[in-house]
Amino acid sequence: MIETKNITVDQVWTLLENVMDPEVPVLSVIDLGIIRKVEIYSEIEKPPLGGLGVYITPTYSGCPAMDVISMNIKMELLANGFKNVKIIQVLSPAWTTDWMSEEGKRKLKEYGIAPPNPKQQVCKDELFAPNEAVQCPHCNSYHNHRISEFGSTACKALYQCDDCKEPFDYFKCH
Amino acid sequence: MNNYLIQYTLNLADNALILGHRNSEWCGHGPVLEQDIAITNISLDLIGQARNFYQYAAQLKADGSTEDTFAYLRTENEFKNCLLVEQPNNDWAKTILRQFLFSAYQFYLYTELQNSKNDQLAAIAEKSLKEVTYHLRWSSEWVVRLGDGTEESQQRIKKAINELWMYTGELFIAADYEIKMTENGYGVDPATLKSKWKEKVKTVFEEATLAFPVDSKIQTGGKIGEHSEHLDKILADLQMLQRTYPGCEW
Repeated sequence: MIETKNITVDQVWTLLENVMDPEVPVLSVIDLGIIRKVEIYSEIEKPPLGGLGVYITPTYSGCPAMDVISMNIKMELLANGFKNVKIIQVLSPAWTTDWMSEEGKRKLKEYGIAPPNPKQQVCKDELFAPNEAVQCPHCNSYHNHRISEFGSTACKALYQCDDCKEPFDYFKCH
Repeated sequence: MNNYLIQYTLNLADNALILGHRNSEWCGHGPVLEQDIAITNISLDLIGQARNFYQYAAQLKADGSTEDTFAYLRTENEFKNCLLVEQPNNDWAKTILRQFLFSAYQFYLYTELQNSKNDQLAAIAEKSLKEVTYHLRWSSEWVVRLGDGTEESQQRIKKAINELWMYTGELFIAADYEIKMTENGYGVDPATLKSKWKEKVKTVFEEATLAFPVDSKIQTGGKIGEHSEHLDKILADLQMLQRTYPGCEW
């Protein structure tokens, strides 16, 4: 068991790199940008908590992966000797794909999912707006079209490349 | 005051849960695969929003209530959702129209609620608004497709307008908890959202070549727990497992 006084925040961040998104298993929770803060509580300061608090924010309100992610974070830290791990959900500021790391975007593309475009193309309420220019993760062509605005998970849309003909997921700007 | 805040929060939660549940009835039955996925994803967003509100209401109530007891163990007259969201799906046009009318309302409501003096309501609104923007655009496009589509699709969405319009008025009539929460800066007076909502609906209807309905009679009651028989059936379905096997988990 690790004593609270010996824990550093950096240690915790390093361990969190091992916790993957169950639905996009190449991305860690750090890559996703959903870890907002790690706090070490001394037992004197916050007696009901002790241990440490990990603040996470959901990607989408209804993302079913969030419960699994919370549990996996707890398991990872417990397995490494941390006790009294508390996961705290924060909603504001709301998560945006801008918080995804560059490393995460690279890993997504390698995995076959087109990474989110920069924020200026975020969804507006105007109708029948032209599709976002998305790069095919297989052949790098921009010549493709959207098949479905909603995809296999809340965070993705489905595209098909007009050049290599492969369908692919696009991680939507949000 | 706490009691009014709980009721206000439950109204927001119940609207999202009941519409989410209605949409989820399309799972595996959508007209085409892509739209089946779309409506069920919207469902997921709404149920997620409901969970956030229920969790907050449970924290306020502090009597052992949880998000689950709110959803699974309250009776019909304890639900505060508006009548619009409990209306049956019937066909795709009616589902689309219900989603559009409600998303437009939610869009303006959450835009204002982001500025609430209550941090948690503001945070949930800010988070949810991003999702609602997507729902509003998707459902607006479908209203246009159906209205300006074939003779059959237009006839169906016109029928849907006839059936649903009388439930829209209730959205903008403040319940006592909404009045109390507007007074202390926590909530939004729904009456102030009406003109923006009307403008939005008009614009989309125009593009869909649909006539904007004249004001008709208004059905009210949902927000204070007086529901149509449809909510009973939803709850029978939604709560069956917890009522039959209390406390069961999987």
